[in-house]
Amino acid sequence: MTRIAIDPVTRIEGHLRIEATVEGGKVADAWSSSTMFRGMEIVLRKRDPRDAWLFAQRICGVCTTVHALASVRAVEDAVGSNPPLNARLIRDVIAGTQYVQDHVIHFYHLHAFDWVDVASATKADPAAASRLAQSISAWPKSSPGYFQEIRDKIAAIVNSGQPGLFANGYWGHPAYRLSPEANLVLVAHYLEALDWQREIVRVQAILGGKNPHPQTYLVGGMAIPIDPDSQAALNFARLDEERTILESAKTFVEQVYLPDAVLVASHYPEWFGYGAGHKTYMAYGDFPQPSGDVSSYRFARGIVRYPNEAGVDAFDPAKISEYVTRSWYAYPDERVGLHPSRGETNPTYTGPQPPFEFLNVNDKYSWLKAPRYDGEVMEVGPLARLLVSYAAGRPDIKNVLDGALRTLKLQRADLSSTLGRVVARALETQLMSGWLLEWHDELVANVANGDLAVHDGSRWEPSSWPAECEGWGSHEAPRGSLGHWVRIESGAIANYQAVMPTTWNASPRDARGMRGPYEAALLGTPVADPQRPLEILRTVHSFDPCMACAVHVLDPDGGLVVRVEDDAW
Amino acid sequence: MSFAADSLDRRTFITFCATMAATLALPESYVPAIAKALQSAKRPVLVWLAFSDCAGCTESFLRASNPTVSDLILNTLSINYHETLMAASGEDAEALLSRTVGDDRGRYIAVVEGAIPTKDNGVYCTIGGRSAIDIAREVCSNAAAVITVGACAFFGGWPASRPNPTGAVGLQDALRGLKVINLPGCPPNAVNITATLVHFLTFGEMPDTDAQSRPLFAYGTQIHDSCERRAHYDAGEFVDAWGDEAHRKGWCLYKMGCKGPGTYHNCASVRWNDGTSWPIGAGHGCIGCSEAGFWDENTPFYRRLPDVPGFGVQTTANEVGLGIVAVTATAVAVHGVISIVRDRLHPEPVDPPPPSAGKS
Ligand code: SF4
Repeated sequence: MTRIAIDPVTRIEGHLRIEATVEGGKVADAWSSSTMFRGMEIVLRKRDPRDAWLFAQRICGVCTTVHALASVRAVEDAVGSNPPLNARLIRDVIAGTQYVQDHVIHFYHLHAFDWVDVASATKADPAAASRLAQSISAWPKSSPGYFQEIRDKIAAIVNSGQPGLFANGYWGHPAYRLSPEANLVLVAHYLEALDWQREIVRVQAILGGKNPHPQTYLVGGMAIPIDPDSQAALNFARLDEERTILESAKTFVEQVYLPDAVLVASHYPEWFGYGAGHKTYMAYGDFPQPSGDVSSYRFARGIVRYPNEAGVDAFDPAKISEYVTRSWYAYPDERVGLHPSRGETNPTYTGPQPPFEFLNVNDKYSWLKAPRYDGEVMEVGPLARLLVSYAAGRPDIKNVLDGALRTLKLQRADLSSTLGRVVARALETQLMSGWLLEWHDELVANVANGDLAVHDGSRWEPSSWPAECEGWGSHEAPRGSLGHWVRIESGAIANYQAVMPTTWNASPRDARGMRGPYEAALLGTPVADPQRPLEILRTVHSFDPCMACAVHVLDPDGGLVVRVEDDAW
Repeated sequence: MSFAADSLDRRTFITFCATMAATLALPESYVPAIAKALQSAKRPVLVWLAFSDCAGCTESFLRASNPTVSDLILNTLSINYHETLMAASGEDAEALLSRTVGDDRGRYIAVVEGAIPTKDNGVYCTIGGRSAIDIAREVCSNAAAVITVGACAFFGGWPASRPNPTGAVGLQDALRGLKVINLPGCPPNAVNITATLVHFLTFGEMPDTDAQSRPLFAYGTQIHDSCERRAHYDAGEFVDAWGDEAHRKGWCLYKMGCKGPGTYHNCASVRWNDGTSWPIGAGHGCIGCSEAGFWDENTPFYRRLPDVPGFGVQTTANEVGLGIVAVTATAVAVHGVISIVRDRLHPEPVDPPPPSAGKS
C-alpha cells in the first residue's frame, strides 16, 4: 500500500489537497482536504445588507457574479424587494455568460492537460491534424499551415529550456491515449480559448462595468440604466454589440468546445466507467428567478438517486445539515449535523503544524464542513443538473442529452462517471449559449416596448424594511447549487450563511464515516504510477473544484439564526 | 526566444509596445526600447503565488490583450509557477518553485495574490503543507522584484476587514522591510499589471510610485478628477434614485455613494476589458477598491462620502457642487482626511512568526 498526497492540486481555484492510498494499481481510499479558511460570514455581520453582495462576490473571482447574485436574492427575499423584469434579464445574461466562459476555461485550461499530452502534440503531422479538425468541425482555423504554426510555436516553448507553464506535466504518461494530431488540435484550441474567453466576458463589462467582479448589482435590481436615447445608458447600440458577442460565443461553443469534448470522450471510453461516486444528485434549479413558479425553471429542482434514474424526488431545504465530525470546527455534539440556519462555527485547528508531510486523516482533516441531505451525500453541478432536469422531463435538455448519448454510444447510467461530468458540462454550455440569445432578445423587446425600469426603489431605504427579517437566495452556479441565507435586524446583517457547490462535492467524511463525493468517486480509480497520479487528477478535476467558494463559516455564536421556510423554496 | 518574431506580426507587436508606452505615460521615443526588451533571448521568469485569495486577480490578468493573453503567458514570460494555470501538480509543482528560487535566485519576478493569514501559526492557508508566510518569505526575499496584485496582497483585503478572523495582512506588513510594488484594486486591471511588467523588463526597475508603493502611472490620478461625470458634479447635477432620469442621462453618482473622490486609480482613462466600460460608466458608484482599508473605511458603500464618520466634511453635495474652488478644496480635504484615517487605522506591521520546526 502506497500513501500519497497531492498538494497543491493545481489547475483549480484555490487550495485543495488530496491524500490517497494506492493498492494493486488502484485507489484504495481517499481524503479531500481544503487548506484555506478566510471567514466571509464573520466579516459580513453588522454590515449594511445592501453592501453584502460586494463582499460576497469576492468569495471567488473565478465564479465571479454567482455570489453577488445569490446575495442580492437573499436580501431581496428578506426585505420584500421585487427587481423589475429588465434587471432580472440582465442578471440572467450575466449569469449565462459566466457559465459559458467558466465551462470553456475549465475544459481547456483546467482540465485538458489531464487528457491531452502537450509533448506529443509537438510530434504531430500538421496535414493530418488539419484533416482531423475538418472532419469534426466547420471551425475555419483548421488549415495545415495553421497547425504547423501552432506545432512549431509549442515545440519552441517546450524545447526552449524554459517550458514555463508546461513544465513538469505528466507528459508521456501511459494513461494518455490521444494521437499526436488530436493533441495538437486540442492544444491549438487551448490557445484560442485563452484569447476567446476575454471576448465573451465583455458582455459582463457592458452590463456590469467590468469583469472580474462586475459592479452593477443592487438589492432591488441593477445599477445600469436603460435608455435608447442616452449614450450614458444601456441603449440599442450597446445591446447590438452584446448580441454580436453572444452569437460568436455560441459559434465557438458549437464548433470548438463541443466537438473537442466529444473527441476526448470518444478516446477514453473506459473513463465512463470510473469516478461515479455515490450516484445521488441534487439541484436547486434556476432560470428564471425570481419567479413563484419553480416548475418553470429551465434547470429543474429535485433529487435523483440511482438506480431510480427516472424518478425525481422532491427537494426539501429543511433536510440540509452540516457535519463537522472530520472538519476543523467544534460542535457540542459532533455526532449530529446542524441545519445551516442553526449552524455553529468554532474554528478549531487540530491538524499538524506546518510544515507537514501528511494530515492525520483518521481525525479532523479539512476546513470544509460536510453538508448532507437527509443524511445522504449529494453531488451537485452540471451532471446533477442535467440528470435532474432530464428525469423531470425538460424537453430541450432531454434532446441534447439523448443526442450526445447516441453519438457516444452510451447509456444514461454511463454518465455517472468522470467523463460523464465532462460531457454534461459541455452540453449545458451548448444549451446556455442558446438560452442567452433568447434572454437577450427578450430584454431588447421589453426595452423596445418602452419599459426602462431597472430597480425597485420601494425597499431601498432601510427605513422601509421590517425591524427583523430573513431571507434566502439560491442560484444554480456553474459548479452547482448555491444558497445564501441572511438575517437582518435593525437594518444590519445579524447573520449570514452560504453553502457552496464545492462544499457539497469536496466535503470530508461525516459522522457516519460516509465519504464526500470526491472521495467516493476516487475509489477504484486506476493509478499506473503513484509518483505521477494523473488519473486522480482526472476525476478530481472533472468536478471543477473551487476551493475559495467551498470554505465558509457559520455563526460563531451559534444558536437559532435563520429559519428556512419550506414554502419559500 | 522572441515573442515578436515568431508569433505576432511586427505591426501588432509595435502597436502593443506603443500601447504600453501610452499606459505608462512615456513618450513615443521609448517604443523601440520596449520592443528591444521584450525580444530578449531568455524569457523573463515569473512565479505567481496565491494565498488567501479568490483568484480574481488571476482572472483579471487573463483578460490581458495586446499581446494576446496566450502570447503573454507562454511566449513573453516564462511563468514557472502559477497554481491555477500550470500543468504540474503536487510535488512536481513545488519542485518547480524551489528550482526557480535556487536556479534563478535574484533574477525572477515574484507576483503575490491574496492575503497572508498570520494567526495561529498560519494554519488558515497552507500549500504543500507549508504556511503562506513561510512560502512568501522564501520566494519573495530571493526575487529580483516583488509585485503584489490586488487588495488582499496590498493590505489584507476583505479577509482583513473587521473583525479579521484569521489575522490577515498584506505582503508588506507580513514581511517587514521587503521592497514591493503594489498594484491594488479588487481586482487590479490587466492593463496595469502588464504595463508594470513591461516597465520592469524595459528599464530594469519599477515605475515611480507614491508613498504606498503604487505606480503613479496607474494610481496617480484621482478618479473624481478624471471621471466623465465630473462636469455634472461641478454643475450640481446628481442621480437621486437608481434608474431615474438623471441616472439615465449619466449624471454624477456622488449622492449614490460614489467613492471616486479620494480614490486614486486610472479606471476612467484605461477602462476595463479592452476599454469596454468601467463601473461608473456602467452606472454604479466607485467603491474605492485601490485604497487601503476600503472595505471598512468606505462602507456603507451607498452612503455619500461627507456623511462617513471621521471625514469631517460637512458640506452637502449641492454646496460642493456649486463651484470649482469649493470642489478642489473638498477633494483635497477628503483625500487628506482619508490618509490620516488610514494611517491611524492601518494595522501595525506584524513580526513574521519564527521559522517552523521540522516536518511532522
Ligand atoms: S462623485 Fe463619482 S461619479 Fe461623480 S464625478 Fe466624482 S467620481 Fe464621477
